[in-house]
Amino acid sequence: MTRPPNAPRSVLVVAALAMAFLALPVLALLQRAPWSGLVDLLRRREVVQALGVSLLVSLTAAGIVLVLGTPMAWVLARVAVPFRRLVRTLVVLPMVLPPVVGGTALLFALGRRGLVGQWLERWFDVTLPFTTAGAVVAATFVALPFYVITVEGALRTSGEDLEQVAATLGADPLTVLRRITVPRLIPAMGAGLALAWARALGEFGATITFAGNLPGRTRTLPLATFQALESDPEAAVALSLVLLAVSLAVLLPTRHRWLPTR
Amino acid sequence: MSTMPPSLEPDPGLDRESSREPVLKLDGTATVGDLVLRVALEVLPGELVAVVGPNGAGKTTLLRLLAGLVRLNDGRLDLGRRTVDDGSDRGFVPAHSRRIGWVPQDRLLFDHLTVAANVGFSPHSTPDRVDSLLTVLHLQDLADRRPNECSGGQAQRVAVARALATDPDLLLLDEPSTALDAGSRRRIHALLGNRDQRPATLLVTHDPAEAADLADRVLELTAGQIAGTPPL
Repeated sequence: MTRPPNAPRSVLVVAALAMAFLALPVLALLQRAPWSGLVDLLRRREVVQALGVSLLVSLTAAGIVLVLGTPMAWVLARVAVPFRRLVRTLVVLPMVLPPVVGGTALLFALGRRGLVGQWLERWFDVTLPFTTAGAVVAATFVALPFYVITVEGALRTSGEDLEQVAATLGADPLTVLRRITVPRLIPAMGAGLALAWARALGEFGATITFAGNLPGRTRTLPLATFQALESDPEAAVALSLVLLAVSLAVLLPTRHRWLPTR
Repeated sequence: MSTMPPSLEPDPGLDRESSREPVLKLDGTATVGDLVLRVALEVLPGELVAVVGPNGAGKTTLLRLLAGLVRLNDGRLDLGRRTVDDGSDRGFVPAHSRRIGWVPQDRLLFDHLTVAANVGFSPHSTPDRVDSLLTVLHLQDLADRRPNECSGGQAQRVAVARALATDPDLLLLDEPSTALDAGSRRRIHALLGNRDQRPATLLVTHDPAEAADLADRVLELTAGQIAGTPPL
């Protein structure tokens, strides 16, 4: 890349410092990685267990996000819902809300004595807090907005007018959805799903607050990393590397959407 | 002439060619933003009516009204032998249940489908009809390409073919020849020039030569109303 002719040196220096600030922790992690014993560390029971819980929780959450988020994005983009700005604010709130606050709110909503939770238990014998299902709920809560805003944005910019043309050609609304809207939306759905899944995989605060930190049930990779940091820093680094690899794997295919190409 | 009231049931295709009943009967008002469109208009089978007028006069809105993308506030719109809009929710027939071929100004081809799939998109199209339109509009060699691999003129011909593949009661063309190469323009004009083979057509154009070339009648629309019928 060539240096822009009018870039002041001081701005370049600050930008370089910012880049270093972001890159440094990753470098430190790589530098501290116990490369020779990595495979053994990753085979340990608690690591395998946490990986299993994480995959189960995050993939289930991603599935729920897809099912709930697609109609939600469509309604936000295309339907004149009352108080739309308020609704959208509520939808993106979990993105900016401290996850611990989200977990606390979930506890008061879906806990055994919560607003809805007490009825779930009384009528359906369903208890969510401190269960794997509770971890899925926490992950879904924080991940859903990432999918919804990605897909909603795509729906806004990609052609209602194309759907109108399809209708004039004789396609009923379901056919328009199947043959025009969804096929054109698939890249955005993929990107949104990858982001939501990555967010679910990395979820910590809401999970520990709402679902606890129970090995084999709710202890996901981030919780196991935090736990290991106190007793076994090498294992914490190894677990961190797994999460780092997953994050990069999600980010790289979606880079055209989220990172400028130049 | 039949004294029966117009049927409310769809009856596509019945005596469409031979009937001298208007294919389109419109007398009503529609409001879109600041524009109030107030138009009375009839078009006979095979007739091509050019609609001219300044920008913002409501030409495109008129086409969208006929296509079912804009509703009447009051009045009545008959297409074929049925009423498709009488200003009420119950009387409104949505776009997909009308028999319309719409060529929008910016073409709006489906980028994720091939040229052939675009032309054959309509459930009313048949493979034979698609093939013959691809041939007549010289699009056979492009059949497997995507619209974004087509030139402007080719894309316009695809849009016209896609609209005609529906075997429409009424063809709506929104400035189909703007910025077209001479060859594409000639092919589209040749297809539309044959009164016996074309459907009733409304052609929005800024080009007086195109209007004179093709149209049986020219209507001038100004501020949402038909201002007159300028001489051809």
